[in-house]
Amino acid sequence: MTSDLPPPYTALTRHPMMAVTSHDEAARFNFLTLMNRYISGTLGKGNALAYESRVLPAFKAVHGREPENREEVRVAMNQDTFHRMWSALKRNTMEMRQHNGRQCVLRQLDQLDAMARQFNEHSGLLHLDPSVEQPIYNTCVDIHCQPGGYHGGERPDDVTVGANYDVGLFATTGGALGSLNDGGGQAVVAHIKANMPDFAPKRILDIGATVGHNAVPIAQGFPDAEVYAIDTAGASLRYGAARAASLGVKNIKFVQCSGEDLSRYPDNYFDWVQTTMFLHELSADSMPRILAEAHRVLRPGGLILHVEQPQYSDKMPLLEQMLRDWDAYNNNEPFWSAMHGLDLIEEMEKAGFARDAQFVAGVRAVADSKLFPPSPDGAQEDYGRAAIWNAYGAIKTVAEEKVA
Amino acid sequence: MTEGIDWIARSGLRAKGGRPVFFDEPAVDRLTSMCMALAAELSATRDRLDTVERLLAQSGSLNIGQIEAYTPDYQAGVERGESTRAYIARVMRGFQQEVEAMEYPDPPVTDWVDKLSRR
Repeated sequence: MTSDLPPPYTALTRHPMMAVTSHDEAARFNFLTLMNRYISGTLGKGNALAYESRVLPAFKAVHGREPENREEVRVAMNQDTFHRMWSALKRNTMEMRQHNGRQCVLRQLDQLDAMARQFNEHSGLLHLDPSVEQPIYNTCVDIHCQPGGYHGGERPDDVTVGANYDVGLFATTGGALGSLNDGGGQAVVAHIKANMPDFAPKRILDIGATVGHNAVPIAQGFPDAEVYAIDTAGASLRYGAARAASLGVKNIKFVQCSGEDLSRYPDNYFDWVQTTMFLHELSADSMPRILAEAHRVLRPGGLILHVEQPQYSDKMPLLEQMLRDWDAYNNNEPFWSAMHGLDLIEEMEKAGFARDAQFVAGVRAVADSKLFPPSPDGAQEDYGRAAIWNAYGAIKTVAEEKVA
Repeated sequence: MTEGIDWIARSGLRAKGGRPVFFDEPAVDRLTSMCMALAAELSATRDRLDTVERLLAQSGSLNIGQIEAYTPDYQAGVERGESTRAYIARVMRGFQQEVEAMEYPDPPVTDWVDKLSRR
């Protein structure tokens, strides 16, 4: 009966950089975690019921046909009283998660900033480059409704946004990412070890690493490798580097750098290029540039892997596409819809990765199974946020190198 | 507390990006936010009361430091989670029953009033 209960917030693994939650702050996160599961599970099925019973019939009565795309479904659903209420509830839990996280972080910001400074001065893991410009897709809106986005802050050189992201991610994902919010990175490690047992990378590039919650498990899983965790957002890296140092990880560096311009790295430099839940935060212009740069810096025989929510296809019902798009319109992820509509295999091919050297695999979050039940799936799934992903990968072929 | 920053005021900063409007009457959007926040606060208060009760049962007396430092053990965590889940179900009943009504539609009771009143 309680088997699918997420663990209490206080059972999560703490690391020294994690903001200390008061009794009530932890209780608020517990409430939000369970409320998010309630909204996506118990109430979420109401969307399909409303669609089938009244939204679709009304659409057909007006247009004399079925909806042709998810945008038509979205416009129609946004007129429905149930869906509007459901969206309002879901948007509010996101805003509450940010508010609670920020109250927790900002009241103790002096301590967090001081600790981060100390870790970063001694570890040497942080390499900031203030000349890196923030791309428009990072600054046009605050992604995930996080005030300040991933690049801003309350004062120079602070760790507000990274600390807030880390302290509340558990609630956003309904506790599906594991004790250190690193279920995504752990899933990648488990997948590679199972499917490429002889792969022994020396240099790994993680593009769009933010606080490194997915890059750190890769560094831990491949202790002989050096992980380069890059992001344009120095504010997130500042926290991420301190977090990694506090976890005792040494084979990683956090470098402020744009994936669109990897000129600091020579051709064929990396054995593995990784992105985790990153491509959908970009733009139609920047994504091909990043994929092309990733191809250039990857050595022949090297691995590129993108972990994302599943791409849309004609096989996916329009309502599911529309529900998966919810975060694009209601949680400030403007490229989500267009990105998930792309043929990623074609995009990768354009960037230089041969079609027959590409693969798609399903991966699920690897979390401490003693504490964490698996992420809900099927009708209970929180579309767009469930810890169930597709890995879009490729091996860079030598022949392809000659063509390029 | 953090120096030089009004942490309470700054915590409530709105996220950049126009907020979607969910209802025709803006006051309903505001009231929804308030109801959800109040639901969270009551939930936190229930957890706090549970902490107080458990500590009192354990030692017969307590201080604020003990309450703040209290972390439920596994069993207490499960009990709390279940209790919060039941609490959410009570607060959200209206929405849940709306879903149920869509799943198993019923004619309005006035239909039955008419039917049963006729000879």
